[in-house]
Amino acid sequence: MDDGIVLTMRGIYKTFPGVKALQNVDFTLRKGEIHALMGENGAGKSTLIKVLTGVYEKDAGEICVDGIDGAVTIRSPQDAQEKGISTVYQEITLCPNLTVAENMYIGRDKSATVHWKKREQDADKLLKSLGIPARPKQQLGSCSLAVQQMVAIARAVDADCKVLILDEPTSSLDDHEVEMLFSLMRDLKSRGVGIIFVTHFLEQVYAVSDRITVLRNGELVGEFEVQNLPQVELVSKMMGKDLEGLSDLDKEGSANASEGEAFYEAKGLSSSEARPFDFRIAKGEVNGFTGLLGSGRSESVRAIFAADRITGGKILVEGKEKSITKPIHAMKAGIGYLPEDRKRDGIIADLSVRENIILALQVMKGFFHPMSRKEMEKFADEYIKTLEIKAASQDVPIKSLSGGNQQKVILARWLLTHPDYLILDEPTRGIDVGTKTEIQRLVLKLAEEGMSVTFISSEIEEMLRTCSRLIVMRDRKIVGELKGHELTQTNVMYTIAGGEKENAG
Amino acid sequence: MTAVTSGKAAGTMRREKISNANLLMFISICIFVIMYLAGIIIWGGGFRKPQQVFDILNNYAYLIIIGCALTIVMITGGIDISVAGIVALVSMVCVMFLKGKLWPVEGMSDGLRILLAACIAIGIGLLFGAVQGALVAYLDIQPFIITLAGMFFARGMITIVSVEPMQLTVQDEPGILDIIQHRIEIGFLGSLNKKGVMIPARMEIGVVIALVLLVAIAFMLRRSRIGRNFYAVGGNRQSALMLGIDVKKTRFIAHLISGLLAGIAGFVFMMHNVSGNATNATAGEMDAIASSIIGGTLLSGGVGNVIGTFFGVMILATIKLIVTASGLTKPWWQTITSGAMLALFILLQSVVLSRRGKKMTLPSWLKFKKE
Repeated sequence: MDDGIVLTMRGIYKTFPGVKALQNVDFTLRKGEIHALMGENGAGKSTLIKVLTGVYEKDAGEICVDGIDGAVTIRSPQDAQEKGISTVYQEITLCPNLTVAENMYIGRDKSATVHWKKREQDADKLLKSLGIPARPKQQLGSCSLAVQQMVAIARAVDADCKVLILDEPTSSLDDHEVEMLFSLMRDLKSRGVGIIFVTHFLEQVYAVSDRITVLRNGELVGEFEVQNLPQVELVSKMMGKDLEGLSDLDKEGSANASEGEAFYEAKGLSSSEARPFDFRIAKGEVNGFTGLLGSGRSESVRAIFAADRITGGKILVEGKEKSITKPIHAMKAGIGYLPEDRKRDGIIADLSVRENIILALQVMKGFFHPMSRKEMEKFADEYIKTLEIKAASQDVPIKSLSGGNQQKVILARWLLTHPDYLILDEPTRGIDVGTKTEIQRLVLKLAEEGMSVTFISSEIEEMLRTCSRLIVMRDRKIVGELKGHELTQTNVMYTIAGGEKENAG
Repeated sequence: MTAVTSGKAAGTMRREKISNANLLMFISICIFVIMYLAGIIIWGGGFRKPQQVFDILNNYAYLIIIGCALTIVMITGGIDISVAGIVALVSMVCVMFLKGKLWPVEGMSDGLRILLAACIAIGIGLLFGAVQGALVAYLDIQPFIITLAGMFFARGMITIVSVEPMQLTVQDEPGILDIIQHRIEIGFLGSLNKKGVMIPARMEIGVVIALVLLVAIAFMLRRSRIGRNFYAVGGNRQSALMLGIDVKKTRFIAHLISGLLAGIAGFVFMMHNVSGNATNATAGEMDAIASSIIGGTLLSGGVGNVIGTFFGVMILATIKLIVTASGLTKPWWQTITSGAMLALFILLQSVVLSRRGKKMTLPSWLKFKKE
């Protein structure tokens, strides 16, 4: 193997029943580089990673790892770890009930007894050298998500790893935490670790990566140096087509609508999680809450839907005062809510796609008015078609779908109830660029048809594209409102960062 | 959260906040002490004598052992309700064996017979543990169902071994009774009887076995690799797998140990009661589960320790004593009170835990440490 190359994969094939997941894919990782692996959902990124970590067995191809002669066979995640390939997954795969130090060493130490002191000292040394703000004796569950992720990385790095795979490590982190993670990644890079970085965030790819490999439909599109691949080109390579419509969506209709008659108005609304706030949305308007993670944006929309315990405030729906203290009240008032954490609040993993779609409508109707099977199938079919949900059939459990498609199912669930007002909390997180644009278009189309939409996203760019009015939050308070020409990235940043621009427009 | 992420400079010397598990254990120890003190103050009498504690231990040594078994299985996120069935089966088989009704035992010394009986007890326990563990871990069947079947099976087997209740009596086996009913006398914890004669405190061998096992298991859970793996598997099975732990083997071993402990508990039960009966240790598994929970083990897995379970057993026993001491001699009062106490206790636990989770502060008069 050439000097400086830690991993090569050549001609990898993997087929699942009915799907050619990988076809003749090559991948090369050099020492001390951050190599982004890009592709839409279903492009084969996760399959490639799983082949590399021994979760799946490849059908054909060859994998070579630095320091091992000849091709290697990787049988299991443990086996991969022993060969120097460590993975940190999107969902944190550590045990929250154990201490930080234990999480770093458990499963690796082969001695029959545990030497706590030594373990904690080792952990402390490693955490300090990597600049990770966690204490070895601390329970993992008491750390923030970012720190947990870093502990997972520390564990991976310590296992003498040559190849570190980071699978969507930033999807649940806020900007500050992402920066912390990036400096850790750069540090590891300078120590000669080869890092495979899988992410959906384009800006992040350009912020840290040296090289990009793009996959599409299970095939290799190519390997590129970051500086030779402008962002637009990367997107078009991932999509396989030029994306003229990506950046400019027509949101004029919604902008005009914001002056119109209010659909929903709240005065001093507060919940157990959200401080009192005023809020108003017009018919056919798309507005958004923005702010850093933890700024109270999700808590505020949860209060609107009464997802948390309501503690006060006055609510007007179409000018009439209403009491909304339970989600069912909100639903009956025509409000739909797509929660932020789709795994926890949204999908019922074992139920079928159809049942997941029908759920909200059934609740609205009441359980004593059952729908006929035919009716349900008709609804499900209709929305699977309109939203282009990729599922083998409407009978498969929703957990077998990809993230983007699960999200579409939940969207379908709410659309089916024909809400007048839809709240979308991070509907595009962990979803590929193509589906993202689809969802954004859909939002604007719904608004045109007169639906009011509140949209929340961590990506400011996306918010600017879709919303005609942005409510900016900081430290659980609304600190500003931006609309029209004020909607620029700098303005939003400035407001979030501390400029008290009280309703400047 | 913010304190954690910004606490970059925080040294390792800083004392960590007491963990939830330890807090729950601490609560149960406090409650035991309070209940026992209340017993001494209000009812005096027996409660004042150290022998009362030893009586509890003598009566409930087997419950301490199966409580430990349940704690281990519950830490891994499972459940084992076959333990009391195994206890009853083992005590019946051992009594039959010692009486020579299983096969002829003439010519064997008393010591050898007891040793063989112990081996049979351990063998039965391991057999149950291995079969249940294999079904739970490798075929991934719900542990509740498997061990429920195990419980029915064990209870049924008792009647196959003997329809009649069996008793080891001084008439037929004086030598054996002498050995297994031996009491260790502890002079300095003795008390005066009515005639003013000093009676030393008496403790059965079973108590020693139970306490030795308790310490050994506490050590195993804290310091051994397999012990820590139990916690990891119970905390998050998927994560444990990703961390390189053999989850199936770990769950198997948990059930194997549980079976083994149930076997030993059966032998200890037999030493104390010297009887075999299909109704022995009825609902013992429920007492064991209750003890574990009172001691701070969570049914959801990943949290717990056996020292807490020990105090859980002591609390249950003390409740029963207090109920009897207050004149409610009918047996149902014991169950009703135990049930009410258990519910209260769990309520207290969840209130304490949820207050911690939400970082809400206790009312000022309850505060003992500034946050």
